[in-house]
Amino acid sequence: MVPVNYYFALSAILFIIGATGVLIRRNAIVIFMSIELMLNAANLLFVAFARTFNHLDGQIFVFFVIAVAAAEVAVGLALIVAIFRSRQTIDIDDLSSMKG
Amino acid sequence: MNLGYLLDSVEGAGSLQALIPWIVFIPIIGMLLNIILGKRLNERAIALIAILASTGAFAIAVSQWFALQADHHAVVVHFADWIHIGNLNIPWNFRVDTLSVTIMLVVSGIGTLIHIYAAGYMHYDVRYKGDPASYQRFFIYLNLFIAAMMILVTGDSYLMLFVGWEGVGLCSFLLIGFWFNKNPDGTTGTENSSAAKKAFIANRVGDFGFLIAMFLTFWAVGSLSFDDVFAGAAQIEPGILLAITLFMLLGVAGKSAQLPLYVWLPDAMAGPTPVSALIHAATMVTAGVYLVARSAPLFSASPEAQGVVALVGGLTAFFAATIAVGQHDIKKVLAYSTISQLGFMVAAVGMGAYVAGMFHLVTHAFFKALLFLGSGSIILALERAHHPLDDHAHAGEDHAPADHSFDPQDMRVMGGLRKSIPQTYRVYLIGAIALAGIPPLAGFFSKDEILTDALHANMPVYILLSLAAILTAFYMGRQILLVFFGEARSHAAEKAIESPRTMLWPLNILAALSVLGGFLNFPTTHQFTNWLEHTLGHDFAHATEFNIQVALSSTLFALAAIYIAWRIYGRQPLKEGQADPLEIRMGALFNALNNKWWVDEIYAFLILRPYQRLAIFLADVVDWRFWHDWVHDSVLANGFKGLARFLADPVDLGVIDGIANGLANGTNGLATTFSRFQTGFVRNYALVFFFGVVAMLGYLIFLT
Repeated sequence: MVPVNYYFALSAILFIIGATGVLIRRNAIVIFMSIELMLNAANLLFVAFARTFNHLDGQIFVFFVIAVAAAEVAVGLALIVAIFRSRQTIDIDDLSSMKG
Repeated sequence: MNLGYLLDSVEGAGSLQALIPWIVFIPIIGMLLNIILGKRLNERAIALIAILASTGAFAIAVSQWFALQADHHAVVVHFADWIHIGNLNIPWNFRVDTLSVTIMLVVSGIGTLIHIYAAGYMHYDVRYKGDPASYQRFFIYLNLFIAAMMILVTGDSYLMLFVGWEGVGLCSFLLIGFWFNKNPDGTTGTENSSAAKKAFIANRVGDFGFLIAMFLTFWAVGSLSFDDVFAGAAQIEPGILLAITLFMLLGVAGKSAQLPLYVWLPDAMAGPTPVSALIHAATMVTAGVYLVARSAPLFSASPEAQGVVALVGGLTAFFAATIAVGQHDIKKVLAYSTISQLGFMVAAVGMGAYVAGMFHLVTHAFFKALLFLGSGSIILALERAHHPLDDHAHAGEDHAPADHSFDPQDMRVMGGLRKSIPQTYRVYLIGAIALAGIPPLAGFFSKDEILTDALHANMPVYILLSLAAILTAFYMGRQILLVFFGEARSHAAEKAIESPRTMLWPLNILAALSVLGGFLNFPTTHQFTNWLEHTLGHDFAHATEFNIQVALSSTLFALAAIYIAWRIYGRQPLKEGQADPLEIRMGALFNALNNKWWVDEIYAFLILRPYQRLAIFLADVVDWRFWHDWVHDSVLANGFKGLARFLADPVDLGVIDGIANGLANGTNGLATTFSRFQTGFVRNYALVFFFGVVAMLGYLIFLT
């Protein structure tokens, strides 16, 4: 049985990779994937704790998160497609028309 | 006008006395008709309305006379409530008694005759003055005058009398200034309106006295109605009574042209001649005499006041008679004669000889109206001869400009008129003899009665009046001789044209009255004394014994004066361009008389010029320099300007705008600052987000 600390570490690594990806990448698709990574890092922790404490609540949360993430991906990808159609780019630094 | 009201509101009077308010309202109706319709009517219709209105008033006066024949008691007819404040209750009551009816008859009777005369006279006058439209205006004023005079005479209280008193003053002002844009010689100017103002202001001084007298009366008695005041006269303190009567005398001096306020009356001759006859000889100027006679219980209770009144009258009679001697203007002679005769009346009522004063008032109204109207006829005769007027000319058409160097009122250009205008000559002669006091004409009886009373009551006044009577005979002799005898001293006098019949027959009636008027109070029958006794009471109206010495001496003196006048003017008639023989004989004295003892100049020096200087000082220094320049321009304007600038600059621009702009700038600055956070880079937002979450988590984990 793998100790729970390992899951902590893996989850933390995954989260940091995801957060870094969101902050430093300019491609909207990649940022999207990084967000998925962060979500899944959280999912991993939920599952790990659910298993450790024999408590199903964590697993149920994970299902919700996966469902919401799927919806998010659907909306997000649709937005990205729409942006690409209008501006022929998905570089988010180019999408600065909201600058004050 | 609610005519039924006039009749219903009358209480406690016989059916004839119920008519009395109409004596005021008939002339008013005539005036209103002429105001409303006059523009569309011709001269004949305008004159007819005015004459009928005046005749109506005369008819009412006659009806009152009949009513009093049946019952001698005074009747007070309540007409309307006027003032009711606290203790002061003054209704408009009409008082019908023998005294008021006497004046009513004189005013409306002579007024009617003068209306008729004026219908003829003004026809020419308006054309010589180049303003035929004024014909209507003249008769409107004349009817207004009759109404105002009737209010004065019929009033049952001092205040009601005062209303009429002011009303006739207004009419006098309007009619003296009738040709307000002309000078007396016909040129364009303001001398006539100055004369009108002079009359008004001199009367104002008198009215001030009358008002004070009224205030004092109300204060002392608590009422202004005649009955109450006379009933309370005995209770008034002697000092207060003296003040009341002397202030009243001031009013009398203004209205009846006595010293020292007489100066307006000679100038009042600027009005058309019928006005001089009606207002400034026969009726209005006698209002003061009426006032004293009416207030007999007040004056008789104050012997000091009586003495003053008699002395003022006597002095005025003598003083004005001297001036009349030295005048060249035919109307000025008559004007000073009027002042002198008013002096006789005032002296008489001052001595307590109320009947004699009223008697002289009546006879004087006859012959002085006659003389003035006669002089109007003479003036017109000369004027028409001097520049003939085309009688068929249409109204408003221009006539040849008048030659103003010719003065048709100057007796020096007359002479010999008895041949060219014999009818005017006859009546004028009658008037002059009546005025001179030759028996058996009207003036003799009334003047003689005054002299007899003066002999018993007041010797100095008797002497003054006798001297005045001698002078009167002299100046009338002089006038008759200068005007009618000798040879014509100008072309106009030679060709003088007799006046039309409308003017002559009022003259004839007045001449008849001047002859017969004396028999009103014939020394043996005393009808007039008995008539007035019903009102004045026996104490104030007792028959004067006929004094044969006084009668003889005054007649002889008058005849002697006329003889002297004949010696000077009749024996060697004046030639054209020759100086007045009196001027040669009397030299400087005549100059003084001719210049009216320089009274106008003295008044100008003593009163007018200091007053003008005061007015200029007030206007220039106080009003203009102090008030306008300094207070308004410097203090108020600059102060306000400073305040406005203070409010505008520091307060409005600084504070108010500062707040508004500061808010705007602050908001703008904040917005600029905050808008920097809105970089548009999603990753920036994400980073901030990230740190925020880290900070919140850190706080939750480590600080709680």
